[in-house]
Amino acid sequence: MSNLETANAIFYNKIQEATQDGEKLRNCLQCGNCSGICPFGYVMIYPPSRMIAEVRANRFEKILGTENIWMCVSCYACTSVCPAQIPITAGLMTGAKEELLLAGNVPSELQAALEYSQRYGNPLGESPRKRADWAREIQPEVKLLGKYRQPVDVLWFVGDYPSYHPRVQHIAQSMAKLLNALNINFGILGPEEYSDGDSQRLAGERGLFEMLAEKNGQAFNKYDFKEIITTDPHAYNAIKNEYPKLGFSFPVRHYTEFLAENIEKILPFLKNEINARVTYHDPCYLGRANNIYEQPRSLIQNLPGVELVEMPHNLKNSLCCGGGGGGMWLDGFQWEKSHVRLSEWRIQEALSTGANILAVACPYETSRFEDAAKNIDKTGQLRIRDIVELLVESMGV
Amino acid sequence: MKIVVFVKLVPDLVEELTVDPGGTTLDTTWLRMIINEFDDHAVEQAILLKEKTSTQVIVIAPDFDGVDEVLFTACAKGADQIIKLTGDFSSINNHALARAVASRIKILQPDLVLTGVQANNDIDGSIGPALAACLNQPFVGYVSGVTLEDNTAIVQKEYPGGVIAEMSITLPAVLGIQAAEQPPRYVAVSKVRQVMKTSNIDEQPLDELDNSGFPEVTRMFQSETSAHAEMITGSPDEIADRLVSVFKEKGILQRTNR
Repeated sequence: MSNLETANAIFYNKIQEATQDGEKLRNCLQCGNCSGICPFGYVMIYPPSRMIAEVRANRFEKILGTENIWMCVSCYACTSVCPAQIPITAGLMTGAKEELLLAGNVPSELQAALEYSQRYGNPLGESPRKRADWAREIQPEVKLLGKYRQPVDVLWFVGDYPSYHPRVQHIAQSMAKLLNALNINFGILGPEEYSDGDSQRLAGERGLFEMLAEKNGQAFNKYDFKEIITTDPHAYNAIKNEYPKLGFSFPVRHYTEFLAENIEKILPFLKNEINARVTYHDPCYLGRANNIYEQPRSLIQNLPGVELVEMPHNLKNSLCCGGGGGGMWLDGFQWEKSHVRLSEWRIQEALSTGANILAVACPYETSRFEDAAKNIDKTGQLRIRDIVELLVESMGV
Repeated sequence: MKIVVFVKLVPDLVEELTVDPGGTTLDTTWLRMIINEFDDHAVEQAILLKEKTSTQVIVIAPDFDGVDEVLFTACAKGADQIIKLTGDFSSINNHALARAVASRIKILQPDLVLTGVQANNDIDGSIGPALAACLNQPFVGYVSGVTLEDNTAIVQKEYPGGVIAEMSITLPAVLGIQAAEQPPRYVAVSKVRQVMKTSNIDEQPLDELDNSGFPEVTRMFQSETSAHAEMITGSPDEIADRLVSVFKEKGILQRTNR
C-alpha cells in the first residue's frame, strides 16, 4: 500500500468510527441532496456526495490536495437532508478538516484565530484579563463568580464575541440589563471563561477544542449554580452535546429557551412599541443542529407592535450566515474562492420580505449581517438586532 | 549540516505594559511572555532548510515563563533537539545573554546560527550581531531568504525602499532573520501535546551572567505628549508664506547671495 492509500484507509476508518456506524458511508445513495443544499456546493470541486464517492473509491488523497473543504461552513444543511442519515457535518467534513489541519494545510486567516484561541482563550486575540470589561457600566454590578463566591441560579456563559466585539458587546450589555430587571440571581466567569471552542472543533482543531473545553469544564466545577445559559448557539451546542463526552455534564439552555420560559415575568416590562415588520434568521446551531425554532419566534411575537414575517429559507431550511465551522475566520479566503458572501444572500432575502428588522439570536450574526447590509441595503431600510436587544428596547431599561 | 536557532521570549503586547514603581523596568505582575515574532520566523526558516537539505535543527531558548510550550511547538514543527537554558534571567540584557548563549553554541559547533533580527525588548541592540561577535563569525541581518550550498549560505538581505541584495557568506555564520520564506506554519494542538509526551527538553544551567557593557537605564516611562502640531490655514499664498517663515525660523531655509 502506498502512503496515500494508507492515508485513505486511515481516514476511512476514522470516519467510520466517528459515525459510530461502520456502514454509514457505505449507505450513501449518491442522491446528491447534500451537494445540492450546500450553500457553497457549487464552488466545491468535491461537494459532500462526491467526497463520499472518492473516499469509498480509496481516493481521499485527491480531496486532501484541494482547498475544497475550507469552503464548508458546518451549517448542517447536508446532514439535515441526507436520506441515509449520514452525519456528514460532524463526521466527514470535520474529519477531513482535521486531516488537512494535521498536515499543516491551514489558510492563514484561520491560523491566526486558532493561535489566538490557544494563547488567549479567544479567537479575537484580545487580553483574557479584559473578558468582563464590557460589564463595567452595568448596574447592579454583574457578579464575577471568582469574586462573589456564593451560589447563583444561573451561570451565564457570555462567549467570545459578546465579550470583546464592540458591536456585539451591546448584546451582552442588553442581556445583563434584562437579567437584572427580571431579578435573576446570575453570575459570569469573566477572565475564567474561555472560548467554547465549538467553531474551532468544526474547523478541524479537535485538540484545541478539548483544551478549551477542559478549562471551561474545570471552571464550571468550581462554582455552585443550577444551570448554564449561553448567549451563543455554538457555546450551547458545545456544552450540551460535546462537553459531556469529555466528562463535563451541566444543564444548559440557550438564552432564547430561558427567556421564553420566563415570558410571563417579561411581559409586564414590555412597554415600548417596536413598530416594525420583523423577520427572524434561524442560526444553524440553534435550529438545524438543536431543533430550537419556536422559542425565538415566540419572544419576537410577544414584542408590542411587531409583525413577524418569514424569509423564503426558514426553520430547518434556513440559510447559513457563513460564520460557522471556521467561516467566521475565513471571510477573505471564501470570498476569493466564490466571490459570494452568504450573509449578503441572507440580507437580500430579508429585504424581499419588506422587513425593517432582521432579528438574530447568535453573536456571529449581528456584525456579519450589518456588514452585508452596508453592501446590499442601499436605502438603509433594514436594522439588524439581536432578540435580546429588541426585548430591552421595548422594556426601556 | 547543523543549524542552531536562538529564540527568546518577549513581553506580549496584548496586555498594556506598565512601568515598575522603581521606574527603570517593566512591572512584571501581569506581564505575559510570547515568542519574539522574528525568532518564530527564524525557526520556520530553519525547518524549511531542513525540509530541503535534511540539516539538523537545534532550538535553544533561555528559561522564561512559557518557554516549554515554545520549545515543544518548535519540536512539533520539526526541530530535532530543544534546549532550555536555565538560570536567573530577571535582569537580563542582550550583552549578557549573547555571551552566555555563545558559550553553549560553541559546544554544539553549528554550521549556521539563525535568530530573529530584532525584538521589542532589545534595549542594548539586537542579539544577532552580539552573538556573531562572541562566536567570531560573520553576521548578516534583515534576511528574508536562505539557500545552503556546501559551506556557503546564499542569503537575501532586505534594504529600505524595497531593495534586496543577494549575498554569499562562508559558513559558519550568524543570520538575523527578518522573515522566513513562508509564514510560520500552524501545528495542531494535539500534535504539540503528543510531542510533550514523547520528547524531552534538554535543560542546561548557565553560569553567572556577565552584565558588563549594558547601558544603565535611568528612567523608563510611557510616551508623553509634548508640543502639538501647528495647523496652517488660509489661501495657498498665505500657506506658502507661513511655510517659508517657519523654515526660516527653524534655520532650514537661509537667504543666499549669489
